[in-house]
Amino acid sequence: MATLDTGIPVWEADPILSVEHLFMRFGGLVAVNDLSFKVGRGQITALIGPNGAGKTTVFNCITGFYKPSEGRLVLGHGRAPTPEEVARLTLIGERGMVGKGSSVYLLERLPDYRVSGEAKVARTFQNIRLFTGMTVLENLMVAQHNALMLASGFSLKGLFGLPGWNAAQRAATEKAKYWLDKVDLTERADDPAGDLPYGAQRRLEIARAMCSEPILLCLDEPAAGLNPRESLELNNLLRSIRAEHGTSILLIEHDMSVVMEISDHVVVLDYGTKISDGTPDYVKNDPRVIAAYLGVDEDAVEEVEAEIGIDTGGHSTGANP
Amino acid sequence: MAVQLADTAPARAHTPLMAHAFKDAFLAGLVALGLFGPLIGFETIVIDGALGLTYRPMTLAVMVGIIFVGRLILNLTVWSPNRRPRISTGPTVFDRMGTTVGPAVKPALLGLAIFFPLLAVLGLGGLSESRYLIDLGILILTYVMLGWGLNIVVGLAGLLDLGYVAFYAVGAYTYALLATSAPINDFFAGLLGETFWANWAFWICLPMAGLFAGVWGMILGFPVLRLRGDYLAIVTLAFGEIIRLVLINWVDFTGGGAGIASIPRATFFGIPFNASEDGFAALFGIPFDPMHRIIFLYFVILALAMLTAFVTVRLRKLPVGRAWEALREDEIACRSLGINTTNVKLSAFATGAMFGGFAGCFFAVRAGFVSPESFTFDISAMILAIVVLGGMGSQIGVAVAAAVMMGGMEMLRNLGFLTQVFGNDFDPSLYRMLLFGFAMVAIMVWKPRGLVSTRDPTIFLKERKAVSGDHVKEGHG
Repeated sequence: MATLDTGIPVWEADPILSVEHLFMRFGGLVAVNDLSFKVGRGQITALIGPNGAGKTTVFNCITGFYKPSEGRLVLGHGRAPTPEEVARLTLIGERGMVGKGSSVYLLERLPDYRVSGEAKVARTFQNIRLFTGMTVLENLMVAQHNALMLASGFSLKGLFGLPGWNAAQRAATEKAKYWLDKVDLTERADDPAGDLPYGAQRRLEIARAMCSEPILLCLDEPAAGLNPRESLELNNLLRSIRAEHGTSILLIEHDMSVVMEISDHVVVLDYGTKISDGTPDYVKNDPRVIAAYLGVDEDAVEEVEAEIGIDTGGHSTGANP
Repeated sequence: MAVQLADTAPARAHTPLMAHAFKDAFLAGLVALGLFGPLIGFETIVIDGALGLTYRPMTLAVMVGIIFVGRLILNLTVWSPNRRPRISTGPTVFDRMGTTVGPAVKPALLGLAIFFPLLAVLGLGGLSESRYLIDLGILILTYVMLGWGLNIVVGLAGLLDLGYVAFYAVGAYTYALLATSAPINDFFAGLLGETFWANWAFWICLPMAGLFAGVWGMILGFPVLRLRGDYLAIVTLAFGEIIRLVLINWVDFTGGGAGIASIPRATFFGIPFNASEDGFAALFGIPFDPMHRIIFLYFVILALAMLTAFVTVRLRKLPVGRAWEALREDEIACRSLGINTTNVKLSAFATGAMFGGFAGCFFAVRAGFVSPESFTFDISAMILAIVVLGGMGSQIGVAVAAAVMMGGMEMLRNLGFLTQVFGNDFDPSLYRMLLFGFAMVAIMVWKPRGLVSTRDPTIFLKERKAVSGDHVKEGHG
């Protein structure tokens, strides 16, 4: 699954998103330090790391909520762009190139709403952000804003109740119903989103993101606060999103049962730096990951640091006594 | 055991309760004495051209007495530790009333609004006798319309706008300036006849007033896009003041503080309301009465208000309206869904401002005179109070709040009977705002989310369920 016949992993052969030399500095603090990784098309990629490793910062850079201090974020629709295409696009200073079968976007140049609206990267939030005062169905209708806005002739057609608008509204409702069914919330469609239990709110947020028809879905800790049964349901939901809609998924997660179960590719961050990148099995056995997560004694740290080429006596990566 | 405790507790607590209540009331009385002593106890008067002092021990005693007794009663009743608070869950009486009576309220109010002039004329027995009531009706409807306009910005989009009066002023001055403009008059006089502009100015300027106000809404919108909450409120407040100060100081253009007078009156679609041969009365073969114009104005503002309500209700069910409400709920989530929040905010400001402009144009044609005095911050505050009291986002709540506020304010003018209680020196109109303030505090304590605190969903699959106000956010700006 994770590799093509040639032995090259999918994320190298056909990346949907390439993060290249990403830096994010807040004043003197370097939250993300020269991070490069690739997200494979049609794969589930997990971004993991201890608390404060900079995972959410990376997410915020990808989805346009932060402007990266440095770095390039290349998103390819249809197929991965060639290095020449990316270089040309970078040089001419455009935000993206829209072609027939494929388009390229440089996400770091897009404002947040265009990352989701045009580049089709949807996201969810670590602390759920639903429109709590609106019903479940309304939440899913808001997610289809851009399509419906066009269909309503920027409100003019809708204001006078012209036929095109009603058809579009029905189609949007059908799509919302499909996703309600998918996340098992049809029964609660007319209830306020704020009334739902926590697990259902998480599912609704994913359904809402999917209603905007993304090609890349970024999930920030989707399993946080879920019980084991709900985690299992989440796994199935994410798998079916990938299988039935071809949506690539990038997720931040602490719940290893989710990460190891469904991911094709795992990237591990610690102190804003990538410490491991590969298949779940590879990452699981990587001594640097184990060190970062579990902490090791001083000798082991020095050993590992020598191995990855950091001067001893620098920052003590994850060395918890 | 628990039952026993509950039975015996009040009896044991009786004496200390009384003592505590008296002690507390006494302390409150002392504080009141300290505060009111200088404020009420002394009065400065002018004796023989010099400043003198008189003392008012009686008034002071009465005031302190009121505080003491009031505090004592509160201590023994509402604040008493023995009082068991009623814990109510689920919808209150008013919520239930809202759902049962709710559907009938809208048609009933609309019917009342349409037949109000007829009722007033029949009830008071004559056209000219009903003048006061119909004028009051026009005033209320103007504020209903302004409330509905501001409701789009504050109630739906959640953007606190303290300078709404600016758009009212833009609308009014648009009409006043265009209608009294000599070059435009001359231009149309040569083209379509001497009286064309005077007769048609209102109907041509009405859409333009809305348009200009909408453009000004955008102009205000741009600088405040990044602001939230208190900062947004301050800037919009300043904007309202800037418009008013420009109107006062740009004397060449706006006539300054003196305002603009003799603005052409409203016509019945080109037919003037006067006693002449081609006037409204002569044309319809009825005896001339100046009240015809007033009643016509009533229906004009009713139609404008209905237009506002219709457009708002319609827009709420369109993507733009849902985006307004989503913006109020969570701006960041909006952006994560590809919604350009800049456009959403600007459209809310522009739409709200447009209706303010329509109302302003109507104000100018009704009064026949505009001056900056009519567009002070008080008006903004009043409209905002109507929106908040009505329940943010609710059409019917805002309409009822406008009727209660404006009608109630007028009713408070007629407090003449109080002079019989307090003597002839007592001027009841001075206490109007005090009573009004008490009423507002009372409503906010009793219904903190406004008269209609539930939100009506814009779309439903199986069943339309009102969303409780607990879930609905007020917006962050």
